[in-house]
Amino acid sequence: MYGYQLRQEFEGRTGATWPLNIGQVYTTLGRLQRDGLVVELDRQQDGSVVYGLTEKGRDEAARWWTTPVERGAPARDELAIKLALAVTLPGVDVRAVVQRQRAETLRAMQEYTRLGMRTDEATLDGVTATDLAWRLVLDSLIFAAEAEIRWLDHVEQRLARARASASAPVDRPTDPPAGSPTEPQAGEGLRVPSRGRGRR
Amino acid sequence: MSARRWRVGRQATPGEGPEQAGPPCLELRAVTRVHGQGAQQVHALRGVSLSVRAGELVAVMGPSGSGKSTLLHLAGGLDEPTSGEVLLDGVPITSVGSGRRAALRRRTVGYVFQDLNLVPALTALENVMLPRELDGVSIRRAQAEALAALAEVDVAELAGRFPDELSGGQQQRVAIARALVGPRRAVLADEPTGALDSVTGEQIMRVLRHRVDAGAAALLVTHESRFAAWADRVVFLSDGLVVDATEPAAGPELLLDGRR
Repeated sequence: MYGYQLRQEFEGRTGATWPLNIGQVYTTLGRLQRDGLVVELDRQQDGSVVYGLTEKGRDEAARWWTTPVERGAPARDELAIKLALAVTLPGVDVRAVVQRQRAETLRAMQEYTRLGMRTDEATLDGVTATDLAWRLVLDSLIFAAEAEIRWLDHVEQRLARARASASAPVDRPTDPPAGSPTEPQAGEGLRVPSRGRGRR
Repeated sequence: MSARRWRVGRQATPGEGPEQAGPPCLELRAVTRVHGQGAQQVHALRGVSLSVRAGELVAVMGPSGSGKSTLLHLAGGLDEPTSGEVLLDGVPITSVGSGRRAALRRRTVGYVFQDLNLVPALTALENVMLPRELDGVSIRRAQAEALAALAEVDVAELAGRFPDELSGGQQQRVAIARALVGPRRAVLADEPTGALDSVTGEQIMRVLRHRVDAGAAALLVTHESRFAAWADRVVFLSDGLVVDATEPAAGPELLLDGRR
């Protein structure tokens, strides 16, 4: 396979989500050749080279398939950093920050979803392996966005809980109303501090 | 073909709301709903305005207790607002008598719930015929319309099966057929993908989306963003108020430019 062909195949399968620089392709091929993982099979008159895998290269690829991707150190996540800073600073409306991000992430998800619908409809009469590959990449974008929104929902709930417990000693009356020590509680979950007499 | 279908969906995509298209299929105007009295009062909705046009899928998202279900109940006339108006095809349902209201509601909107959807003792076909029989149309006509509705969601061949002989995804398809049988053009869906696995849930959204692109109006309540993302517009509800809304800005062709 030629270097440019390699790039074409990569981008076809991944919807050009991660564009590949052709220089990068040749540099990498050069290194693989140096390490004995690929060999030059043929060279055209214009200088373009057909590469192929060596036995060692095949083994290395097989090993790659079965090795889980390392998670590595957490990538720098601007959103997590932003929220971590926001909760520690006075004057930042964290709920607004969360909602703004949630809406934006959902909007991106709407676009991915539309793209997915369009891809599915274009492939109604049969899905090629490349289409399927692209669909999987699209799904991964959608699920990553979903995870972010779930995390934002969770952040909001955690903040609400933290606020509630921080302000609880102030809000909660210290004693139950004198006349009704055995007064029934105000239902599950929603416990309204009863000022004056409770109603039934 | 896909491009055409796409355009149909996008033309109906609102924001500006073309007035010549007539009244929205479903509209809530400054709707409030207060449950209970005195100290026990809960303000489920504090003034929500929302409209859904034919060819539009609107999703409502929000944490539990945000008022999502109340909103859906009000939209379908299953509950009455404390103040504000609910309009079906431009007619305020609060202004008509309860008998007419039931008829108006029944002929305009259908429901899809997460569960408790189909009558277990009736076949898929009979389930879908049911609303039309309640409308008073002849059995023959109800049957023809029900078969057409089942065909729309690709389960015509399951017409004779009972609900317990259908998978969860098939049951939801039948429920969508029942919601949109005959002249009904609006569907209210409450977590319709709730109990389904992710791929089946996606299929249900696709069916719903196609029915909407073919001219139905749909209001979907869900807490799952992945399904809300199928909507033309997503409305965020919090503490009984609409706090935000989003729609995709650009056509999909502008996204990920390098894609062929």
